[in-house]
Amino acid sequence: MKKNMNKNYFEVLRPGINSTFQDNGRDNFYHIGIPFSGAMDNRNFLLANTISNNGINNPVLEFAYQGPKLKYIGENISINVTGDVNFKIIRKNKNLEFSCYENIVLENNDCLDIVSTNRSVYGYLSIGGTFEVDYYLNSCSTNTKAKIGANSGEKLEKGQIIHLKNIKKILPKNKIEYLNSKIENIRIIKGPHFDYFSKDAIASFFSNEFNVTKLSDRMGIRLKGPKISNIKNTNIKSEGLVKGVIQITADGDPIIMLSDHGTIGGYPKIGVVISADYDKLVQIPPGLKIKFKEINLKDAETIFKLYEMETQNLISNIQ
Amino acid sequence: MIKNISNLGDAALYCDFGTEVNKEINRNVINYFNNLRDSNFLGITNITPSYNKLVISFDLKLTSFAKLKKQVENLDLKKNNNSKNNLIKIPVCFTEEFALDIKRLQELLKINEAKIYETFFSKNYYCYMTGFIAGMPFLGDMDKSLFAKRLETPRVKVPKNSIGITEQFCNIYTFESPGGWNIIGKTPVDIFDNKKNTEPNLINPGDTISFYPISKLEYEKKYE
Repeated sequence: MKKNMNKNYFEVLRPGINSTFQDNGRDNFYHIGIPFSGAMDNRNFLLANTISNNGINNPVLEFAYQGPKLKYIGENISINVTGDVNFKIIRKNKNLEFSCYENIVLENNDCLDIVSTNRSVYGYLSIGGTFEVDYYLNSCSTNTKAKIGANSGEKLEKGQIIHLKNIKKILPKNKIEYLNSKIENIRIIKGPHFDYFSKDAIASFFSNEFNVTKLSDRMGIRLKGPKISNIKNTNIKSEGLVKGVIQITADGDPIIMLSDHGTIGGYPKIGVVISADYDKLVQIPPGLKIKFKEINLKDAETIFKLYEMETQNLISNIQ
Repeated sequence: MIKNISNLGDAALYCDFGTEVNKEINRNVINYFNNLRDSNFLGITNITPSYNKLVISFDLKLTSFAKLKKQVENLDLKKNNNSKNNLIKIPVCFTEEFALDIKRLQELLKINEAKIYETFFSKNYYCYMTGFIAGMPFLGDMDKSLFAKRLETPRVKVPKNSIGITEQFCNIYTFESPGGWNIIGKTPVDIFDNKKNTEPNLINPGDTISFYPISKLEYEKKYE
């Protein structure tokens, strides 16, 4: 019934593996156990909204590995996909290929098939308009653990309807030439419990590569590699966490906290990933390896300024 | 008082109030938390109090570790405003089907069930912090006679609203979640209400909690 009330909508033919609505995230609720959430790859989120000429905090559809397959009903609409994503539009039984980072026009009865992300994890779908979603505590970001945010805190489900509003006139192409950063070392700053680990363990932590395991999601990345042995205590009194914190579990394995992380934790923190490397970190898929490199706070702050300048450059270069 | 402020990565302050866990230290942490909430320092995105630490995250685009550290050190600290901290009464039903670990506790503590509950209900509990999962309160201190280790193998699913105890603490599982605390009962009250758009959690750091027993019948009535 609702179908007829709203004339522009997507019907979810396939939900994809982990498709959720996200925006900039939800701040100031860590103290009651609600993590920041928000789009995992902040730069690709920002680029998606910018290409759509949207406000920078407009909701986007985030997907992981395999994206959704959506049937579109309505007037012509501009859309764009960001990330390293393989997708197509099926129009009258023809497969049309497009690239990421440019506006393309979706027509009535088109089917948008977001096939996969390539050697990466997350991608984003933005529209010239607004996904009609619920807000909770000033954000639409879906947190599937606390069941809050858009879509009643759930991932996309097969058969559901996504209503759209404020559809804009067809947008210029707004193409950006952008290559997602290659995965190199992940730079970290020493954590407060660095001295819980022996010299040998620290040396091993920085000289070896760690495998990203399949037990990785929006909450965290679990790594497997050489065991990092603890010489003080494998537990601490639970205390606040932030995204990017690397905890070493009692088993000696590192886990990196990501955007939906538990707000407090009781494992020693060996280090914290620098803010400028976070987007790159979240895009490392299971099966690939991570190598850590230690830098100091001052360098991390400088690198962040460069990261921000690069993002602003990309935005100002929109054609 | 804060003993030391260091950086937790490049976008958070790690304020250390010591290593012990006691109410006095924690009241200090929460006093800073309340004062910082009122301070409007530019760039703060989250403040997380815990037993004896306070983590302040910030937006690196708006401020920096050095700038915010100076502001926190020079914070004009007002005495704790108690009106922010409430006394909350939580009903608990301890019928057999909800008290999953009471048998284990009787053996472990060598006290009978009646005495366990009598001791448990006779005290008020202080909320040191909330978190881990949305709204989960960490309450203390338990009477020494009820100090019990966590389960050797954590449960894969602890039912929502279960009351758990371990060592000097008790908590309430605000969602169905994995967990290793000894479950002694269940409350019909939702501690975290994800339908409420303002103050969705009933218990905040610094609040005092008293538990009182209810029958299964009362439990079911409250649930309606």
